[in-house]
Amino acid sequence: MATQQEILSGLAEIVNEVAGVPADDVQLEKSFVDDLDIDSLSMVEVVVAAEERFGVKIPDDDVKGLRTVGDAVSYIEKAGG
Amino acid sequence: MQEEDADVGAHNDRTDVVVTGLGAFSPLGGDVPTTWEAMLAGRSGVRALTEPWVTDLDLPVRIAATTAVDPLDVLDRVEARKLDRTEQLALLAAREAWADAGSPQVDPERLGVVVASGIGGALTLLGQWDVLREKGARRVSPHSIPMLMPNGPAAYVGLELQARAGVHTPVSACASGAEAVSYGTRMIRDGRADVVVVGGTEACLHPLPLAAFAAMMALSKRNDEPERASRPYDKGRDGFVFGEGAGILVLESAEHAAARGARVYAHVAGQGITSDGHHIAQPDPEGRGAIRAIRFALDDAGAAPADIVHVNAHATSTPQGDVAEAVAIRAALGDAADTAAVSATKSMTGHLLGAAGAIESIAAVLALHQRIAPPTINLDDPDDEVHLDVVSGAPRRLPDGTIHALNNSFGFGGHNVALVFRSAQ
Repeated sequence: MATQQEILSGLAEIVNEVAGVPADDVQLEKSFVDDLDIDSLSMVEVVVAAEERFGVKIPDDDVKGLRTVGDAVSYIEKAGG
Repeated sequence: MQEEDADVGAHNDRTDVVVTGLGAFSPLGGDVPTTWEAMLAGRSGVRALTEPWVTDLDLPVRIAATTAVDPLDVLDRVEARKLDRTEQLALLAAREAWADAGSPQVDPERLGVVVASGIGGALTLLGQWDVLREKGARRVSPHSIPMLMPNGPAAYVGLELQARAGVHTPVSACASGAEAVSYGTRMIRDGRADVVVVGGTEACLHPLPLAAFAAMMALSKRNDEPERASRPYDKGRDGFVFGEGAGILVLESAEHAAARGARVYAHVAGQGITSDGHHIAQPDPEGRGAIRAIRFALDDAGAAPADIVHVNAHATSTPQGDVAEAVAIRAALGDAADTAAVSATKSMTGHLLGAAGAIESIAAVLALHQRIAPPTINLDDPDDEVHLDVVSGAPRRLPDGTIHALNNSFGFGGHNVALVFRSAQ
């Protein structure tokens, strides 16, 4: 089980890889679309990379609920990542 | 006969189209100046392939003309990962062409894009098939479709420039790039746009397309002498050399170009398109479709055969194709074929497939602009059946005054495109 901090820094690495956003800018309160400029296609990449990294499943229907980085961190934490 | 009725200035009522910007990403260089300098110097862009799959898969062809510069060394990493290689090359060439044109101020609704590709995003299609089989459906990239669709390069260039007059992708195999120049010219003449960014891109160096072209007996197998493999009009020619690259031209109405004081490289004076109705991959041995295309282009340009001082030939270095085109050029130009300086620049660039007509349009435009025809290399033993004045050994000076150049492109499927350019002065 990863800590919240480990999940956040893992997500930050993924977002940097996919979208070029500096890892330090990936904060809990940031919105993927509005703040980090991640479009729907890139969001799919982020989700798939997160599933692999944290060993969780994030069904497509649940992706819509992941508005902020904090939403994703909580989801992965609860899913046992 | 139509070409005898035509005279210069016969189309005074029509919108004049000029070339104001050039961009290239080719086996000879990462931009137009480097590519053109290499062409005039007679350098070959063909190399021996060292990728492990060449030997692992026992490919009969082990040479290709790959881009002189790796696009990944130039593009931003994050941008590049969403782009197929065809899109990367097209964007880089388009950026150069747009800057070269002076980044024209144009109403987006009067700006068009026509960027062709013969094959499309084959590297993405084949690469993602490997991902699917090895890692599963979930891992297939969500960018796959925008990367593999043949209109992807045109769409990305259009997005970057915010072009809203129309974005198009003609597909006619190895005539695609020339067809894009024709299409863009007609967009301006038809009043749909003031500026159109046109050209072609191709990048499918992968064992499957290479094996498939080899299976057609279309490729040179001169594996031990890569730089001597592409040898149009030479008796020892044995097929074309598989190439990749992109060429982009900025076309503009003469009025729009003059209003902003733009430099004019040349006029797109005429274009002619026909189809053979003969065979899916073999040229009509009498070149009838090619002859008609050249005649249409001359007529459209209001030019007589004797006005053509330079020909950038399709001349891919195949045994049949080079002769069929030579017959067509002679039939269409008549006695003028005795003196027109013919250059086969594929001897240096290899065959850029859907980008060939674009790169060769750039070469023809620069030949007019600088009044110098590039050489044809590797012409050691000229074919007796080719009755043309081929420029070989060194570049040749072109005459002063108003001069015209012809650029031919032909594609599998029986596509024939002829373009006639006229010097700016």
